[in-house]
Amino acid sequence: MKARLWLKIVAVLVGLFLTVPTLVVIPMSFSSSQTFQFPPSGWSLQWYENLFTSPAWSTAIRNSLQVALVTTVLATTLGTAAALGLNRLTPRVRGVATGFLLSPIIIPNILIALVIFSAFLRLSLNGTLIGIAIAHTALALPFVVIAVTARLQGMDAALQRAGSSLGAGPFSVFRKITLPLALPGVLSGAILAFVTSFDEVVLALFLQSPSTLTLPVQMFNSVTVQIDPTISAASSVMVLLVSVPILLAQVIGARRGKAGRQ
Amino acid sequence: MPASTQPVDAPPPAAAPAPQPGPRTAARRRRVAALLLLLPACVALFLFFVLPLLNIVVGSFTDPEPGLGNYVALFTDGYTLAVLGRTLLVALVVTLAGLLLGYPYAYMMTLAGPTTRAVMVTVVLVPFWTSMMARNFAWMVLIQDGGVLQKLFGLVGLDGVTLLGTTTGVALSMTQVLLPFMVLPLFSVMQQIDHRLLLAGQSLGASRLSAFRKVYLPLSLPGVVSGASLVFVLALGFYVTPALLGSPQHALIAQVISVRTRELLDFGGAGALGVLILIVTLIALAASRRLAGAGSAVAAHAVAAGGDR
Repeated sequence: MKARLWLKIVAVLVGLFLTVPTLVVIPMSFSSSQTFQFPPSGWSLQWYENLFTSPAWSTAIRNSLQVALVTTVLATTLGTAAALGLNRLTPRVRGVATGFLLSPIIIPNILIALVIFSAFLRLSLNGTLIGIAIAHTALALPFVVIAVTARLQGMDAALQRAGSSLGAGPFSVFRKITLPLALPGVLSGAILAFVTSFDEVVLALFLQSPSTLTLPVQMFNSVTVQIDPTISAASSVMVLLVSVPILLAQVIGARRGKAGRQ
Repeated sequence: MPASTQPVDAPPPAAAPAPQPGPRTAARRRRVAALLLLLPACVALFLFFVLPLLNIVVGSFTDPEPGLGNYVALFTDGYTLAVLGRTLLVALVVTLAGLLLGYPYAYMMTLAGPTTRAVMVTVVLVPFWTSMMARNFAWMVLIQDGGVLQKLFGLVGLDGVTLLGTTTGVALSMTQVLLPFMVLPLFSVMQQIDHRLLLAGQSLGASRLSAFRKVYLPLSLPGVVSGASLVFVLALGFYVTPALLGSPQHALIAQVISVRTRELLDFGGAGALGVLILIVTLIALAASRRLAGAGSAVAAHAVAAGGDR
């Protein structure tokens, strides 16, 4: 089947629509203007300097890193264990359990935010970093479960049986066979959990307090509360730090998957 | 029951009144292990998510006083109904626009060679994994007064088109932000359609257009349904874009939930709105499941998560 010219043109236009608008943050971040004027009238590095030196922004970066790390550890541990458990269930029970574990990606985030805000108010977890990390764990858990489950499903169960028939106990079968084979899934789950938390706005916004602003919340406030062009430098850094590794992982994963199937 | 999970030959229960202890205890141990592994995640999810959710649902009927007051107020306070209508309209427009843009793009993906296709997949995934705040901020810069888009409109003779702070601006940005969720389910269905069916239709005398309409379109419909329902549902509860690019005067439902929760601490009223979104979400996803097969929402996330399916 040959594609018609108009179809190619439409596809290119849609591709540009998907990618180009976001790129304006990069020239913006080198602007010398105090406003969000675009295209910039002059150039400077002041917003990068501000991003890394001003107490508000560097605290936000530190908070985000802390929350994302705790989320990654929690979600990866719980999610990997759950995926291993799911793999041992009968198909019917597995379906129900999977649906339950993946439910946070189906429920609108604003509803999760409302629910967690009211619960944390009672538990006095509002305005704490650990509270934000716990909330992010609920969001990140499904990604870990999906990544690890996909990996486990491609695994030959005979390997584990062979291990135990050769005299390995359940724990050493897990340590020497299951875990190494599942590791790529666990790692990509961990990366996704980190990114999910590092980029999350709505829950962090609901649970914020002046001392627990995460980077996305600081960015949100820098356009709603005050006008602070540092957000353009933060956006550029986020695009570089978040998108590039994920895309690399995608490309490598796709290539490896293709090689494996052929 | 255990025999179905254990391919190891277990003796049929009827034939062996006293089965060997080996396979049965192994199966039981396996089940206990499965439960122990699942327990922490399920308990955490239950404590921090399901229980509070139930609490909110109950609260929407009892807070501040028992009854349907919160729900009646949604339709009678003269404000919420307009918000609901506006939100539904935006969600529909975003879904339709997404379909118009996403369908040809996904179709082109199935026709492209391996390299072009890899590039096209990457292009869809870029926004998926680009910082939400960065993308919304970029739109804010583009649609602000005196911004690029306003100048472009000026070039074609439409002077002074205001986008920032309007529902149109919000819908435009949301279309782009949610487009990957449309393309991915579409592509995963279209990928499985055999293009020779189109050629067969044409060789049997159908025109290109009617072969497409009568053969390809019906076959791609499950992808349309799952992509459209996913985008619709996401648009319904979307907060960041309307909060940044819209205005309180043209609020969408998520903004109202936010104000009622964080500023008014009116959990009953916010809960009623939340329950409403939840019900619409569940209906849309159930309909999509029935029409298009299981788990479209999960499938799109799985593609994005690199879960290979």
